[in-house]
Amino acid sequence: MSAILVVTELQNNEFKKSSFETVSQARRLADSLGQTVTALVIGSDVKAKAASLGEYGADQVLTAEDTKLENFNPDYYKTIVIEAVKKVSPEIVLFIATLQGRDLAPRVAAALETGLASDCTGLEVVDGSLEIEHPLYAGKVFAKLSLESPVKILSLRPGVFEAKMNGKQAVVNSLELPALESRIKIKEINKTGGDKLDVTEADIIVTGGRGVRSAENFKIIEELATVLNAAVGATRAVVDSEWRPHDEQVGQTGKVVSPSLYIMCGASGSIQHWAGMSGSKCIVAVNKDPEAPIIKRADYSIVGDLFEVVPALTQEIKKIKG
Amino acid sequence: MKIIVCLKQVPDTEANIKIDTNGKSISEAGIKFIINPYSEYAIEEAIRLKEAGKAESITAVSWGPERVSEALKTALAMGVDDVLLLKTDSYSVDSFATAGILAAKLKTMEYDLILMGKETIDDGSMQIGPMLSELLNIPCVTVVTKLDVDGEHVTVKREVEGGSEIIETSTPCIITCQKGLNEPRYPSIRGVMMAKKKQVTTEQVSFEGENLSINKLSYPAARSEGKVVGEGADAVAELVRLLREEAKVL
Ligand SMILES: Cc1cc2nc3c(=O)[nH]c(=O)nc-3n(C[C@H](O)[C@H](O)[C@H](O)COP(=O)(O)OP(=O)(O)OC[C@H]3O[C@@H](n4cnc5c(N)ncnc54)[C@H](O)[C@@H]3O)c2cc1C
Ligand SMILES: Nc1ncnc2c1ncn2[C@@H]1O[C@H](COP(=O)(O)O)[C@@H](O)[C@H]1O
Repeated sequence: MSAILVVTELQNNEFKKSSFETVSQARRLADSLGQTVTALVIGSDVKAKAASLGEYGADQVLTAEDTKLENFNPDYYKTIVIEAVKKVSPEIVLFIATLQGRDLAPRVAAALETGLASDCTGLEVVDGSLEIEHPLYAGKVFAKLSLESPVKILSLRPGVFEAKMNGKQAVVNSLELPALESRIKIKEINKTGGDKLDVTEADIIVTGGRGVRSAENFKIIEELATVLNAAVGATRAVVDSEWRPHDEQVGQTGKVVSPSLYIMCGASGSIQHWAGMSGSKCIVAVNKDPEAPIIKRADYSIVGDLFEVVPALTQEIKKIKG
Repeated sequence: MKIIVCLKQVPDTEANIKIDTNGKSISEAGIKFIINPYSEYAIEEAIRLKEAGKAESITAVSWGPERVSEALKTALAMGVDDVLLLKTDSYSVDSFATAGILAAKLKTMEYDLILMGKETIDDGSMQIGPMLSELLNIPCVTVVTKLDVDGEHVTVKREVEGGSEIIETSTPCIITCQKGLNEPRYPSIRGVMMAKKKQVTTEQVSFEGENLSINKLSYPAARSEGKVVGEGADAVAELVRLLREEAKVL
């Protein structure tokens, strides 16, 4: 039986939500194609948590553990993935379309001389072959793609696919490590954000735009984000003014997000911002200008001063959350 | 040090994208094309290295149709020394095919540093840099926001989720450029005049063997008409009710 290999990712030594999403999708594909699912976990101390991937549908989990693997090094990780590919001979290899997955997948694809479809937002089996959806021109157009190579490599956009419990028991095996060599050296890692929730992983995002007017004023955006357990997002106008870091920027030259709820406060809804968040399930806008483009495009909007509306919203949500 | 910049020409971010009657490609009529914004950071960084006396020459290379010579002329006007168009009449979404074409040419050229964008804003594949790294067998560091070159030593700052990293490597290597690296310049009038005297070297290249192809293009499903819940803080209670009962997202 042929296999699907999933390259999972950890953050702060816990599985990213998108790891569960991607394993669940592998299960769905495997069931319709009559294949098995092997999930690969790479890190320095991963054995204990590996089995939990069974709950999302993995039949087997392969662990690759070494102190060298604690942080992402593309050369080491590539060598590991290729070793896993040799071991399970998969027909499909799924990565997550995060910064890490998108650095790693093309290296693996080129090393295996095979095709890669990146940042997929849809995946179906039609007449026994994969039909892949991928946004083009920042989501102005969607392409249905077909991938013909014997080994098919894909990366799936986080937040788009459902993470589904499956109640399987996964067998955990360790991968015998090949020699690890690298031409790059990581000198320093700066976790500026600490443990903050990344916008690409968040189920709810509260974004502030130029209307917030200063870095200090972002406090009210953060307070709303905190009660909602949401990530803070920003427009480019805000990042360019250095009120917020670039890793929070959503849009064409920022991150592409697909949360279930996206709340925009004092942002006009420019085409480039829209490119990053139009995949949100529900969009809410707070803007004082009834003519702002976002008022027409958001699912729900409140016309008003964000300095009154946002704190009121925070209070209202506190009330319902008790 | 010799630098090669790989650049792509893409539709302007504001462009109104229309699907062609064949349903598989877009209509280029009326579209303004620009240099991919991330490729611009690569061009600017190369020029800064040359201005700092660290690079002797910069060659920009692009694979694409004839219209791309416009983008290459802009690169010349910004300050690149030579430009090469690998001309094709058919476009492919398969980045491995693109990377293969670029690699085949780059193997015949001299370089110490290859600078390119981290991603394109048209097909957003984010693959070419790391793929070239395999095909040319040289290291590649992606999403770079700061670059220091000192002889063979290369030190970069790159973006990672929740922070940044400092990485060291050595030439020859590939660096993919992210916003924050620099502010690309506009071509000066003198630059534009100088560029007029230069040639876009053009080589016809054919390619075969694409693994990834487009079956069909479509527009995103229209979002349903939104509603204005109300004005000011008074509308908040109703908004929360709608989010819970109608949208079911709270
Ligand atoms: C190549 C390119 C790439 C780009 N990439 C991105 C990208 O990735 N992400 C991105 O966001 N942008 C991007 N942009 C920039 C984009 O074009 C816009 O300039 C930007 O999104 C505007 O940010 P904004 O909505 O915060 O500001 P503005 O457009 O200035 O909007 C501010 C809004 O706040 C409202 N407002 C003001 N005060 C209040 C108040 N007290 N209460 C309520 N509402 C208030 C105003 O009515 C207005 O609608 C890009 C541009 C280009 C050319
Ligand atoms: N056809 C091309 N010709 C030259 N360089 C390219 C081409 N396509 C992509 N690139 C380079 O690769 C970068 C990343 O593109 P991509 O991997 O396609 O998202 C771009 O910013 C360019 O620098």
